[in-house]
Amino acid sequence: MATEHIVVNCNINGESQTFLANERDSLLEALRDRIGLTGAKEGCNNGNCGACCVNMDGRIVNSCLVMAAECEGSEIRTVEGLAMGDQLTPLQNAFLEQAALQCGICTPGFLVAAEALLEENPDPSEHEIRYWLAGNLCRCTGYDKIVKAVQQAAGQSIV
Amino acid sequence: MQAVKYARAESVEEAVRLLQEGGEGARPLAGGTDVIVQARERTRDIDLFVDIKHIPELIGIDYSDDSGLTIGAARPCYQIYGDATVQEKYPILVDSTSLIGGTAIQGRASLGGNLCNSSPAADGIPSLIVLEGQVEIAGPNGRRTVPVEDFCTSPGRNVLGSGEFVVSMSFPAPAAGSGARFLRFIPRNEMDIAVTNAATQLRLNGDGSVAWARVSIGAVAPTPLLVSDAAEALVGRPLSEDSIAAAAAASRDAANPIDDMRGSIRQRVHLAGVLTERTIRQAAERAA
Repeated sequence: MATEHIVVNCNINGESQTFLANERDSLLEALRDRIGLTGAKEGCNNGNCGACCVNMDGRIVNSCLVMAAECEGSEIRTVEGLAMGDQLTPLQNAFLEQAALQCGICTPGFLVAAEALLEENPDPSEHEIRYWLAGNLCRCTGYDKIVKAVQQAAGQSIV
Repeated sequence: MQAVKYARAESVEEAVRLLQEGGEGARPLAGGTDVIVQARERTRDIDLFVDIKHIPELIGIDYSDDSGLTIGAARPCYQIYGDATVQEKYPILVDSTSLIGGTAIQGRASLGGNLCNSSPAADGIPSLIVLEGQVEIAGPNGRRTVPVEDFCTSPGRNVLGSGEFVVSMSFPAPAAGSGARFLRFIPRNEMDIAVTNAATQLRLNGDGSVAWARVSIGAVAPTPLLVSDAAEALVGRPLSEDSIAAAAAASRDAANPIDDMRGSIRQRVHLAGVLTERTIRQAAERAA
């Protein structure tokens, strides 16, 4: 059965957007292929890796597991919406200072997920950080530097 | 991705109609964390998603001391473990909903979806069984109610007929002196599928004897199991090393697992006993 293009109205990174998507598109496909926001990455495309993590209506989701058609009326925040122009967020700066990335594929997902953690819990324990980020996989840097970057962004002293 | 169409239902009646018109290829969509993957990987033939999570009854949560707890089938996990009433009166639901997937999955995945996906290893279902959950089903012939332990019929299959979907799950208010616990064994700390899981609810009399109990084990049979023999080993006497060991033995006897990449038959049978014992002890701590 053929599917048709649909019109989706939503708010992305603070701006109202109206875009065309194929009815079968995931939010990840719509962001990358229809809207040109390629920050969210396709890793596993089945909800295991977290590279496509975005914030939807205040909660992080795997955008590969959201249909674009579901986003009608939603507020979406992606990694592109974190920095204000050249002004990185404290978390983004901490990722640079702690060298919390190597190849960078997982980084947008980690940043979106960790920003959501710090919004909900500004002073998380190491256990809470690791538990919250368990759905984000990194295959090169390892997790210690990422956890330290989140701790630094939370204003914690880093051992 | 298969050529899937999308329709948003605003009422139970509209969802029933859309699913009926859509026929065999129509599937309800709540959090989508299983069904979108199944459509993409073509493990199910799906050509229509009927989005049911904008129906108030499907997303709500309601508690009263008279009628107990009702959770809409599409309510995401984080809105269950984050609910103050659930935390106070049904901490076993916090146990299970807080370890289904990672944070991003919990933002979408629902207990109703976990039930309808009907995996033998589902981490939501044993808790629903020991809480005496009743599943409210809507369909072309109206509504019906099925006990959770009768809902799954084989791996990935359940009692839902054509055009039917789960509206909500309901649980009695917890009786005084009762406590419940769910545990899962996985070889890492989080984000994995159960090798074995187990849940126990029990109620203690004032003299410390067990007035009532329910034990359920998962990932050890084609469906999550209610183990009546384990409960019988506990009821009518004080909790003791002997009665707990008898209940654990009953769970090992009930287990009928397969060997696969997650665990061997021998390990799963052993774990059914271990997790039964631990959930009994920890349910009793919560009951005290």
